[in-house]
Amino acid sequence: MENKRLELSNDQLKWETIFKRILIATCILLLLVVLGVFATLVIQSMPSIKSSGIGYLWSKTWDPVQNVYGAWPFLLGTLLTSFTALIISIPFSYAIAIYLGEYNPKGWLSDLLKNTIELIAAVPSIIYGFWGIFVLVPVVRAFELKIGVAPYGVGICTSSLVLAVMIIPYSASLGITLIRMVPSPLKEGAYALGATRFEVIRRVVLPFTRTGLFAGVLLSLGRALGETMAVTMLIGNTTAIASSFKEIFFGPGNTMASVIANEFNEADHTLYVSALIELGLVLFVVTVIVNLIGKRIISKATNN
Amino acid sequence: MEQHIGIRNTKSIIFKSVIVFFAFAITLPLMLVLLYIIKQGITQVNWTFLTHVPAPPGEKGGGIANALMGSVIMVAMASIVAVPIGIACGIYLSENPRTKLTYYAGLAVDILQGVPSIVVGIVIYVWIVKPFGGFSAIAGSIALALMMMPIIIRSTEQTLKLLPDSLKEAALSLGVPYHRVILKVIVPCGFAGILSGITLSIARIIGETAPLLFTALGNNYFSLNITGQMESLPHVIFNYATSPYDDWHDLAWGASFILLLFVLTLNIATKLLTRKWKIQL
Repeated sequence: MENKRLELSNDQLKWETIFKRILIATCILLLLVVLGVFATLVIQSMPSIKSSGIGYLWSKTWDPVQNVYGAWPFLLGTLLTSFTALIISIPFSYAIAIYLGEYNPKGWLSDLLKNTIELIAAVPSIIYGFWGIFVLVPVVRAFELKIGVAPYGVGICTSSLVLAVMIIPYSASLGITLIRMVPSPLKEGAYALGATRFEVIRRVVLPFTRTGLFAGVLLSLGRALGETMAVTMLIGNTTAIASSFKEIFFGPGNTMASVIANEFNEADHTLYVSALIELGLVLFVVTVIVNLIGKRIISKATNN
Repeated sequence: MEQHIGIRNTKSIIFKSVIVFFAFAITLPLMLVLLYIIKQGITQVNWTFLTHVPAPPGEKGGGIANALMGSVIMVAMASIVAVPIGIACGIYLSENPRTKLTYYAGLAVDILQGVPSIVVGIVIYVWIVKPFGGFSAIAGSIALALMMMPIIIRSTEQTLKLLPDSLKEAALSLGVPYHRVILKVIVPCGFAGILSGITLSIARIIGETAPLLFTALGNNYFSLNITGQMESLPHVIFNYATSPYDDWHDLAWGASFILLLFVLTLNIATKLLTRKWKIQL
């Protein structure tokens, strides 16, 4: 009897250690996967790094036939689309954050709006892209005819518009949480001094949440930089850079993600593949840095 | 000198109307997208559409059975990989909040969550497609699994952290071994939260196209062979949307409608599950 119980507890103990080891093993596996992703990108882009060096980033010619690779057109495209989208999205995401955080935090109307915003994040990017081709492109084309630039329809401007809609939820939902966390004694104090609602928001709520809202914008930026499908379908895919800013902005272009999506399966020699993977490496490093800074700011803002 | 109160109040009202305008303006593009997809897609969907493979361009009829099946198979395989690993890792993170491994694993989750999906596609191409000599549904599933994991891990971790410590302490004080406490008490208590993480992650990846471009590619025929190329809903939309044929556009609208239906259903399911658990995903 005694012996049996001892055996049982020994058995349990064994399972306990195994269980704990499995948990640790999965965490280590996860770490290895992330390190592996980084290592793979670095190793695979080595041929390209060796042949083009650091000049890869700002040389302007991308010509797979001549084996000349310069990432500048795609860097420019990515930065231009992302930041345009960010600028368009900021008024909307701030307005949503202030409205749902401060003016109307409860009730059916606020629930409805909040669900709508979550829905915007839920719709797959391929659907935005598809919709963009058939609805937004003709609209933009008509607009381009009016202002007198070449009416491509597709291009950096169109992609930025769609991107802007897609990234709004990321900064907005964070903003709502942060604005709701502003301590009410602060706001009440300001009201007691005779401040109007606008003054309370401008002088108490926004300064209090400034860094957090900025972090939300960074998370949105991280999304915008890596967004692939919608942009690939709408940007027009050319590697040439037009001469004037107006032509660049309204004309077709290419982003890092879209050029990978378009050319990776057709890349037929090592250096070509490697140059494309190096684009992926740049994209990876940039988005990781943007995201980690954002997350760091958020965890600081929500802990205090 | 402070302005007159009338002016300040007017400013306040104007500010509020601007905020309300911008906040509700965002519903417009969503409505446009949803209504357009539904309008274009709903007429395409019928029994033939769901049970046939695509017809060649110029021929009427045909459907997306291959893509529908492919999506279901790949998402299922991705879940088989991602769910156990995700839950185990989430348990570790919530149970050991202050170890070094937790810090680095947490960092890894944050990084993985931010990796652009196209980069995941490249990496899986190098890891699996190239050494095994061809595009396959397995490679596609693994790419999708990588994208699912961070969401499952975070939701598991956050749900379990919400559970009161007394639950675990009570079970431990009864002499229940640690692994049984976790598996029979803690995980069942947080089941709804964990499940909501899983449904949300499926909703996110079912529409992912970029990681499948270089892994599962596509397939015009019905295929159940997981070591071969396989079609998926988002990929079929991408292919047909960018093709010049009207018949194929119609197929793509129908496929978009079905995809949207999947995503909406999964999101509503998540919503219902998280209503009980006030977790932020």
